[in-house]
Amino acid sequence: MTTTTHASAIAATGLRKSFGDKLVLDGIDLYVPAGTIFSLLGPNGAGKTTAVKILSTLITADAGDIRVGGHDLATDPHAVRSAIGVTGQFSAVDGLITGEENMLLMADLHHLPKREGRRVAAELLERFDLTEAAKKPASTYSGGMKRRLDLAMTLVGDPRIIFLDEPTTGLDPRSRHNMWQIIRELVSDGVTVFLTTQYLEEADELADRIAVLHDGTIAAEGTAEELKRIVPGGHVRLRFTDPAAYKSAASALREVTRDDEALALQIPSDGSQRELRAVLDWLDSAGVEADELTVHTPDLDDVFFALTGPARTPDQTKENVR
Amino acid sequence: MSTSPAPTRPTRISLAVRDSNTMLRRNLLHAWRYPSGTLNLLLTPIMMLLLFVYIFGDVMSAGIGGGGADRSDYIAYIVPGILLMTIGSTVIGAAVYVSMDMSEGLIARFRTMAVYRGSVLVGHVVGSVLQSVASVVLVGAVAVAIGFRSTDATALEWLAAFGLITLFALALTWIAVGMGMASPNPEAASNMAMPLILLPLISSAFIPADTMPGWFQPIAEYQPFTPAIETLRGLLLGTGIGNNGWIALAWCLGLTALGYRWSTAQFNRDPK
Repeated sequence: MTTTTHASAIAATGLRKSFGDKLVLDGIDLYVPAGTIFSLLGPNGAGKTTAVKILSTLITADAGDIRVGGHDLATDPHAVRSAIGVTGQFSAVDGLITGEENMLLMADLHHLPKREGRRVAAELLERFDLTEAAKKPASTYSGGMKRRLDLAMTLVGDPRIIFLDEPTTGLDPRSRHNMWQIIRELVSDGVTVFLTTQYLEEADELADRIAVLHDGTIAAEGTAEELKRIVPGGHVRLRFTDPAAYKSAASALREVTRDDEALALQIPSDGSQRELRAVLDWLDSAGVEADELTVHTPDLDDVFFALTGPARTPDQTKENVR
Repeated sequence: MSTSPAPTRPTRISLAVRDSNTMLRRNLLHAWRYPSGTLNLLLTPIMMLLLFVYIFGDVMSAGIGGGGADRSDYIAYIVPGILLMTIGSTVIGAAVYVSMDMSEGLIARFRTMAVYRGSVLVGHVVGSVLQSVASVVLVGAVAVAIGFRSTDATALEWLAAFGLITLFALALTWIAVGMGMASPNPEAASNMAMPLILLPLISSAFIPADTMPGWFQPIAEYQPFTPAIETLRGLLLGTGIGNNGWIALAWCLGLTALGYRWSTAQFNRDPK
């Protein structure tokens, strides 16, 4: 046990938290090796932010043994704080002062000497493409710029463990890819990243290990590949626009999964050329003419929906879009 | 990291001072960047001063000094109250500012950093006290411009007056900071802090407390503003202070202690 905790950046066992009578985290275990990206994945309200708040010393857990950066969170929060950097879900920049002043504020709070503070601030502003906007008030920044400034501020103290709570929520695709690139660079410097996200694609892209948080418990944990193995294989999806055509196809092809609402049928398939041809031949012989045919290989979406309950699927999709 | 020696006491204190100083500079930078917020708060006391002197002045002056007073006597009478009202007005701004600041993600960031925990509040309080004193000086300058003169105040009395103003500002600021933290939003903070500018209206600021209805006199006489106003009046104009000095001091220390306990208890609670 001691050998594993030695190499771990974050180790939590039996982490429990409730607000009033609402149980948010029901005794979860988290283990993040140093120098890796760990993603806590879950729908809105799953408890991701609560987990980050506890691990980053913002709020206290009701129960659980937590070590961050080798320090006990309960007995030595100050030591934990000097090892971590946090970029929360809501912008943690001072909108009334300029980007540069925000950076210098962080340098002062990390007790850097004046000259070094200026150097670090200038370097990070440059790295995050904010040099041009450095003299403008942060409140005038776009969403993507604010996030970059936020992360730049987090990096001022050169933290070895970084918590990112939904770092790309609300960003446009371009800004999101930029953010991903930045996060990858961090880890190449040996930093540990604890990332929460509701985007499966993001966890797939970035994380070494993924834990799916659902209703306060870890529903599954592993690499993206391991998680994908949990769910059944791929399928071919046929979609119809005419309900009559859908019904006749559904009765002609008996071994398929029906989705009556979407007028879609799913035929199990691994997506190989040979199997696809067999499926097409079978459709031809049954006289089925679909309006749309798509091939699905299992992705984290399948894992996610399989783990977090099919009944809630449509709601969650909507929530994620928002 | 864990093998490094535990910080010795002086280091910890010097870091606390350093962090508080950093936070104070942040607050002063806000005030400097957005002076309109501070200046707006000065409008109420200045308008009150001009209104009571130039519009109501003739009638009001008839009510003091047994009826023989003229307008310049009345200016002298109300300026100490106006100066303390300026503090009340300024700290309403502090309550709103604290409420706004606490709802920002930035404060959560500070909480997850290895900085002295009290520095956020110290920055707000010291910033607001400095702002209050500066406001009092500005309003005082307006008072001098319309004819206010102190009568025979010694250097020691000026110093005591300055000390009283600072202490009074400190007390009201801690209360206002507590109000700001207790409020769910800036509007609520502004409403909650409203008594701090209304209390001077029912003090001896504009008319002597003994001209008020008998049942009301104890309220007017012992609320925090009246003893402080009477003390300031005594220091600047040579009127009798009596035990008002001690009562004012007790109010200042009591409100400071109360506001400090209230604010820090709220700050140390888990944020929502």
